[in-house]
Amino acid sequence: MKLVIIAGPPSTGKTSLTKQLIKHFQAEMKIAYLKIDVVKAFEDIELRKEFNILTKKVYSGDLCPDHTEVMVMGDAIEWAENNQADLFIVESAGLCLRCSPYLNQGLGIIVLSAIAGIHTPEKMGAMVSLADIAVVTKIDLVSQAEREVLIQKIKEVHPRIVLMETNALQGTSLQRLYTLIEKSAEIDKETLLLKGNPPLGVCTICVGKKEIGWKHHFGVVKKLDSLAAEYLYRGE
Amino acid sequence: MIKEITILPGKDKNENKENFDNITLKAGETISIVGPTGSGKTAFITDIELLAQGDTSTGRYLLINGEKPSEEVRYDPSQKPIAMITQNTKCFADLSVEEFLFIHARARKINSKKIVAETLFLANKFTGEKIALQNKVTLLSGGQTRSLLIADALLIGAAPIILLDEIENAGIFKQEVLEIIKSSSKIIIFVTHDPVIALLTKKRLIMGNGAVRKVLCQNESESGAAQNLLEFDQKMGVIRENLRAGFEITQELVSANFA
Repeated sequence: MKLVIIAGPPSTGKTSLTKQLIKHFQAEMKIAYLKIDVVKAFEDIELRKEFNILTKKVYSGDLCPDHTEVMVMGDAIEWAENNQADLFIVESAGLCLRCSPYLNQGLGIIVLSAIAGIHTPEKMGAMVSLADIAVVTKIDLVSQAEREVLIQKIKEVHPRIVLMETNALQGTSLQRLYTLIEKSAEIDKETLLLKGNPPLGVCTICVGKKEIGWKHHFGVVKKLDSLAAEYLYRGE
Repeated sequence: MIKEITILPGKDKNENKENFDNITLKAGETISIVGPTGSGKTAFITDIELLAQGDTSTGRYLLINGEKPSEEVRYDPSQKPIAMITQNTKCFADLSVEEFLFIHARARKINSKKIVAETLFLANKFTGEKIALQNKVTLLSGGQTRSLLIADALLIGAAPIILLDEIENAGIFKQEVLEIIKSSSKIIIFVTHDPVIALLTKKRLIMGNGAVRKVLCQNESESGAAQNLLEFDQKMGVIRENLRAGFEITQELVSANFA
């Protein structure tokens, strides 16, 4: 199974980009989709309705979205594999900008809006600097010069990032992204690790244990399908 | 060196294939794209700007000198042979004019230190109220923004292919712009509703329903008509500038210009 993790601020076009990926790959691959959000998300319902694919969402609630991702990804990958998915797309709200949701395998995509403001790439830290690919959206709204100024800024944060620009509503010039996904390696769930360094803190993810899946952790633990009360604490 | 670009047909809004085998535009040619609003003019030049490879809404393909462009040429601004001036009259970047031009020059790998001053000087030829280097680009007027972006495309974009989307809008000095970009060895493509610009170009593409409907070449009576219209347009310009400056339009002024 191939894995694509899409991150970026709200309203930049992550879901529009996801829809273009689904449209392009639907005929040749079975796709599963997980949305990680904090308070409210509708994308899972929307995508299931529009494309009839496997979808799921998880609210991070009291946790941060990246913490939630580390906890639930083990379960979620099993869920996608048990459903014979060939491509697993994870969309994360990624709100605090301290961490990034990308793993050591699969592709990490940062979605940035062309109208987001020129200092956004620097402010977003690891979400940009650890991504494999940056997709700049809403390019129909700004001049070519301004797009190139933003691209230059992203390159200065992450010189080796693969950059592309699109109007995600129309799916303009995404061929390069499709090719990169096609060529990406299958993931091995036993050796999945978080790419970035977790922050200082008191639970196992917070002190830097990168293994994916709640079984590897204690402290504040969350399962993909657990009720609120069950994840508050798991002792040694 | 860019000798020519070739556009291969895509599909119209009803998914029918466009009715041409290929359209080739050569260095030194000026081309206008005309047609009703919504007919696909901007989509056509956007295809050129993105060097479309069947992956835009129209499905067109672009070739440079008869060959498929490499990924670097498509995605690296410093290698991109195309500068486009869009209809945008707004910049969102929280930067001064100086910083904006400086970063863009860096993106296009231009090392000259003078480029920022030169670009500003040219921009100020196109606009009424002058732009200063320390102005924030977000606070420029629509006309000032377009003037800056046109000067930027000419000097920093400095590409062999220039795409201009309705430069007649936003009240800038059109004649000055036309003067600078004519008689170059570039491929210059205008999307326009302006009869002067449309008749001055060597080739005319007529759009409809998302597709190229017709390709016309300028004939002799058209180039004659263009000269007449150009004079008329200059007279209109005199009246316009008098109005803008707050003068009253007198009988003498009208008869001097429209006798």
